[in-house]
Amino acid sequence: MINERSVGEKIFNIANIIFMTFLVFLTVYPFWNVFITSISPVGEANAYSLHLYTLNPTFEGYQKIARNAYLLVAYRNTILRTVVGTAVNVFLSCLVAYPLSKKYLPLRNLWTGLIVFTMFFSGGLIPSYLLMESLGLIGSFWALILPGAIGTYNMIIVRNYFQSLPADIEESARIDGASEMRVLLQIVLPISVSIIATISLWYAVGHWNAWFDAMIYTSSDNLMVLQLLLRKMVIEGSAQYMESSGSIAENAEFTVTPDTIKTSAIIVATVPIMCVYPFVQKYFMKGIMVGSLKG
Amino acid sequence: MDQKKAAVHKPQKATLGRMIWKHRALMLMLLVGLVYYIIFHYGPMYGIQIAFKDYKFRKGIWGSSWVGFHWFIRMFSGQNFAVVFRNTVLISLYKLIAGFPAPIIFALLLNDLGGKWFKKTVQTVSYLPHFLSWVILGGIFLQILSPSTGAVNYVIKLFGGEPIYFLGDPRWFRSTMVILSVWKGFGWGSIIYLATISGIDPGLYEAATIDGANRFQQALHITLPSITPIISIMFIMNSGSIINDDFDQIFNLYNENVYRVGDVISTYVYRQGLIEMKYSYTTAVGVFKNVISFAIILLTNFITSKFSEYGIW
Repeated sequence: MINERSVGEKIFNIANIIFMTFLVFLTVYPFWNVFITSISPVGEANAYSLHLYTLNPTFEGYQKIARNAYLLVAYRNTILRTVVGTAVNVFLSCLVAYPLSKKYLPLRNLWTGLIVFTMFFSGGLIPSYLLMESLGLIGSFWALILPGAIGTYNMIIVRNYFQSLPADIEESARIDGASEMRVLLQIVLPISVSIIATISLWYAVGHWNAWFDAMIYTSSDNLMVLQLLLRKMVIEGSAQYMESSGSIAENAEFTVTPDTIKTSAIIVATVPIMCVYPFVQKYFMKGIMVGSLKG
Repeated sequence: MDQKKAAVHKPQKATLGRMIWKHRALMLMLLVGLVYYIIFHYGPMYGIQIAFKDYKFRKGIWGSSWVGFHWFIRMFSGQNFAVVFRNTVLISLYKLIAGFPAPIIFALLLNDLGGKWFKKTVQTVSYLPHFLSWVILGGIFLQILSPSTGAVNYVIKLFGGEPIYFLGDPRWFRSTMVILSVWKGFGWGSIIYLATISGIDPGLYEAATIDGANRFQQALHITLPSITPIISIMFIMNSGSIINDDFDQIFNLYNENVYRVGDVISTYVYRQGLIEMKYSYTTAVGVFKNVISFAIILLTNFITSKFSEYGIW
């Protein structure tokens, strides 16, 4: 009887391992396929195959997009909006979360209600666009920063965290005459580093992946962000954005297919996230747990 | 009488005023945030009125003339909105049916997986797609699902099948969206269940082992009942998003050939609104959607809180 049972469990274990390995394959394979395509020579890149490996790796696709003037600008803008945007997000989130975390804040429930309501109801696309137009933010870099300056969900997570801190730490400082701002900056923030790291990562990923705001609020190539450029290259297949700014003679040196350029661009946009992701994963998970337990 | 009223009300007002003055530092910090919410969240809500107006750029939001429910009547009498509404609900429904159980099954199987390192790797890999934008994933799947060079069709042909145009064939588009959405979300969605499972008292399993229960029986009689409350709450919350579509996914993967089955409310509003400039009409569509969505959220919140009261605590 016991023997039979353990045989059944062994079979299940093996089946489970096989199934999980298959899942890992299903998740990783699309990225692998694109990576191999990006380093395959012309004949292989657009061939009908699984693109599991290539015997003659070439980096011409990468050389080609390295000369793409749009890419450099787009990369710069994405890094800029991620840094500036995340800084604004985190600063404002903490600034608003702090008073909301205080039980003695006058009309606290009213303010909280006004803010939480916006999570569930919004004006919609066109009214938002008209607002940006009337504020004169169309075509401005700040159109990528200001509309989402506070992520309400993230702000509430911070508020919950502040609320859970023991009150007596702050009390002693207040008796010594410290102002609220000093209590926030010198006492509360230093002991909230982990939650701030968590929301910073959320905000940063949001900025890195954003493209829709850039698409509707900006039209200049100078404000192009990485994801939007990628969309124009790989989804719309726009030749203007795919071609490098190099001269015809320069372009003739390379013999690459659109597939190679597209896949190289995908890899270039994905690699930063892939590199950072394994190290910061625990912070992401922490955030979702804090949010789901108390939110 | 008046004097009495004043006597009652005066101290109250003074108290609130005094409280605000006393906590002026806090109020000032809050004010910065309130200004943001008033401009960027309540500002667009002010613009909702153009759903009931004939918006003209020259006249502005306030100056445009009222037309009552004109745009809503047009919305319900036209063919397009019905199609788009149907697509939205159908795709969400399919995603709920396929996408809801996936993280639960994954969490249960992962929990039973031996080998710490292997387990950790599977977990890490499964979360990855969640962090990538649909622009990147769209680009990747356009490659892989291509009928002429894609890997998936290569395999289909290998087994003697005909190539399928997953993203261009109306018969396949919705299923493809559902599968890709499950692919992107199953790992990340499992976190909440894994955390709940890890919080189960190990004593329960020990007692069950002594009583001779095998691992399947333990999963069935300990793990599953322990996560049932969270499953129910997640189900109610997820079903609340039945009218919310995934703009990023559809917009990066659809094309004119599949509008008939794949065009959803948000993509429709974008095209009709910002491209065709039908501002008032699309605002009406947006308002209709937001009101339904809000009503569903209120309902599901009500059910969840009722449920939590009786079910968990």
